[in-house]
Amino acid sequence: MIELKNLHKSFEDKEVLKGISTVFESGKTNLIIGQSGSGKTVLIKNIVGLFEPTTGQILYDGRNYVAMNKKEKTMLRREMGMIFQNAALFDSMSVLENVMFPLDMFSNDTLRERTKRAQFCLDRVNLIEAQNKYPGEISGGMQKRVAIARAIALNPKYLFCDEPNSGLDPKTSLVIDELIHDITAEYNMTTIINTHDMNSVMGIGEHIIYIFEGHKEWEGTKDEIISSNNERLNSFIFASDLFRKVKEVELKEEQENKK
Amino acid sequence: MFNLIFKYLGALGRYCILMGRTFSRPERMRMFLKQYVKEMSQLGVDSIGIVLLISFFIGAVICIQIKLNIQSPWMPRFVTGYTTREIMLLEFSSSIMCLILAGKVGSNIASEIGTMRVTQQIDALDIMGVNSASYLILPKITALVTMMPCLVTFSTAAGIIGAYATAYLGHVLTADDLTYGLHYSFQSWFFWCSVIKSLFFAFIISSVASFYGYQVEGGSIEVGKASTNAVVNSSILILFSDLFLTQLLTK
Repeated sequence: MIELKNLHKSFEDKEVLKGISTVFESGKTNLIIGQSGSGKTVLIKNIVGLFEPTTGQILYDGRNYVAMNKKEKTMLRREMGMIFQNAALFDSMSVLENVMFPLDMFSNDTLRERTKRAQFCLDRVNLIEAQNKYPGEISGGMQKRVAIARAIALNPKYLFCDEPNSGLDPKTSLVIDELIHDITAEYNMTTIINTHDMNSVMGIGEHIIYIFEGHKEWEGTKDEIISSNNERLNSFIFASDLFRKVKEVELKEEQENKK
Repeated sequence: MFNLIFKYLGALGRYCILMGRTFSRPERMRMFLKQYVKEMSQLGVDSIGIVLLISFFIGAVICIQIKLNIQSPWMPRFVTGYTTREIMLLEFSSSIMCLILAGKVGSNIASEIGTMRVTQQIDALDIMGVNSASYLILPKITALVTMMPCLVTFSTAAGIIGAYATAYLGHVLTADDLTYGLHYSFQSWFFWCSVIKSLFFAFIISSVASFYGYQVEGGSIEVGKASTNAVVNSSILILFSDLFLTQLLTK
């Protein structure tokens, strides 16, 4: 479980995060949504420690990340896995070497055991046949799956995904979403996904927070989001023609039921 | 003026902090050794070809120029070989060759690390809890510092072979005169001066290029700028330190 308490972040005079408080539970896919420039990436970078919050607390199962010393932070980071927007695979390494990298760095297992674990993770994302290829030789969707395999290699307690579906077609996006959702449940991880893909929201959004101009505007589940009365949230989610039509159909059904 | 001074002081401070992070104990010795061997091959072994080629021709050209412009009936015949040896050993192989390598190796390092930065590969390392500075930069510095004396030695040897080529193929001078000149008044300390200078220059090339690559923010244009800045600044630092080191080592 990750808990944020009154998190603020400023860059010089500009306040980007304005007192965000929420709880991300384990075993659930937690989604952070919001328009571009609303502060979602800054929020996730604060949570993973790439930025230092101006004030506030980030509690990892009760452990305050902000108050930790360098060594404690390094140890905690070994419990994290992250999937970047562009996968961020190491170009000079093969797919198998990429997945083995965290094991090579932090595991005391033998080479045979490390290879076996990496192959297991690749098999989990259905990419065992591509293990000897290099990132440049595989598609964007496959790269994201390799990034997932690398992120879960050390059995992390916390998984972070920064726009995992960016640049992918809807079908591949669905595969990635399902994979993240299944892995989260399987390993009981605390997963936080930063996205503005409404298909992901409706597919795997077990806990959603909507960020508007740096503050938490709305919080709820995928079932609550469609029926929400929050105007700012509605203008964000119903900007898509498809979701507007879904809303219209829903309203019609409600009216017919009332009759 | 003050802005410029503050800018350079700021850069110096960031460089020192980065070096502080770089020179920490590697988290996994086996990973460090793997990277170290890879970098020795990439930065050192892959540069042997260009070093030999340039040094061979420069050695030959120096020999011809000295013969044509300095030697006269009033000068001993060994002067061509002697001067060729001194130029190759004291300046060309250690300093000029390092300036050339600052272009080849420095831009390679800065663009590699810079690209890793803009594609978030360095962020990925940091989030895993890996000291990215130490993992990426330390093997490059140690590998280049290890390989540079070898490259300098190969360069001197190739230059002398180039000089012999002018004797045997071009018949500019006799091989005996050249051999006598090469042996004349040889001081082994000059060879060690050359090696010591190359160690400093290797550190400058690899650390400055890594610094510029590591600091990149933005996209491909910034990576290009970092690569150019790395070559320009490491070349300037090599020239300045060459002056001081030459003064210091030849006292």
